[in-house]
Amino acid sequence: MKWPEDVHRGLSAAGVRVVGYVPDAGHKRLIELCQADRKMRSVVLTTEEEGIGLAAGAWLGGRKSVLLMQSSGVGNIVNVLGMVQVCRFPLVMIITMRGEQGEFNPWQVPMGLATPQVLEAMGVSVRRASDAAEVAPLVAEAFKGETAAAVLIAQKVIGIKSFQEQRAQ
Amino acid sequence: MKAALHRREVVKSLLKDRKALLVVAGLGSTSWDITAAGDSPLSFPTWGAMGQAAMMGLGLALAQPRRRVLVVTGDGEMLMGLGALATIGVQRPANLSVVVIDNERYGETGMQTTHTAHQVDLAAVARACGFKKSTVIRNNAGVAKLRAVIHGKSGPNFAQVKVVAEKLPLVLPPHDGVVLKDRFRAALLADVLPEKL
Repeated sequence: MKWPEDVHRGLSAAGVRVVGYVPDAGHKRLIELCQADRKMRSVVLTTEEEGIGLAAGAWLGGRKSVLLMQSSGVGNIVNVLGMVQVCRFPLVMIITMRGEQGEFNPWQVPMGLATPQVLEAMGVSVRRASDAAEVAPLVAEAFKGETAAAVLIAQKVIGIKSFQEQRAQ
Repeated sequence: MKAALHRREVVKSLLKDRKALLVVAGLGSTSWDITAAGDSPLSFPTWGAMGQAAMMGLGLALAQPRRRVLVVTGDGEMLMGLGALATIGVQRPANLSVVVIDNERYGETGMQTTHTAHQVDLAAVARACGFKKSTVIRNNAGVAKLRAVIHGKSGPNFAQVKVVAEKLPLVLPPHDGVVLKDRFRAALLADVLPEKL
């Protein structure tokens, strides 16, 4: 799987200096690449909502950022997306999907199903990568828009089906 | 202990001769407080996104490591985003100060008591999260010392300023979010990134 390398190169090319994230198994490699990149400041968050404030503050200070999370985190950012919309802050979120093909945890399903609608309801444009090769080009496109954008990575691209398989990674 | 400090005077003292200081204010009373002290393009008062003021300060402090950054927010707003103290504690930005103007009330919604009216100790939370300095301030001497910390001392710094619970006339900043954002970037970045504005 090389999409994390491609996305990291794209973030670098876009001039991203601040990376907010709530850890997710699907983002493991990309988080490691960002942490190892001395030009990027990786910020571990206690909740995805903090990533919106972080991104807004970084933009006020003249820096581009990205927010990495899984789809369950979308539920945690709904109200603060109002600020993104009303201030027209640029925002790029890369979201690994849960509750889709191969999901082993039924508690992930409702938020996974609602993710695109929730984002769109709050004015975020949504792009979906159904294939690993689509991820990096969609992220690059999201940065060019200078608007609020989310790239959803389909669960089949991540391919994690059980805790056992996660442990084996 | 009954609070004796008045919020508008505290905020005015902290922002006196603010020079290059960058300021983010939390939703509600603290946004009106910084405006009463004198509106500036380098102030970002929030009209929403409750709980995010400290995180906005962190983003700004990381983006502008050579500038001093001050977050002024209320106890209710800080309580809504308590995790930010942990996140800031991990990042340890030396140029960031977070000041909570603590009237122990939700001032905009009918003055209901917040957790700080009970046993919850925000300064202790900040200290436990790794803030370099964290104090509770109850008098003018403390406010004067805090001003020096905000403008010069290596952080992250946290202060909880106990103030009288009082309902004051609103002094409103511009409410157009795009205006607030663009004027801030124009004032801060015009010489650095003209093409980005």
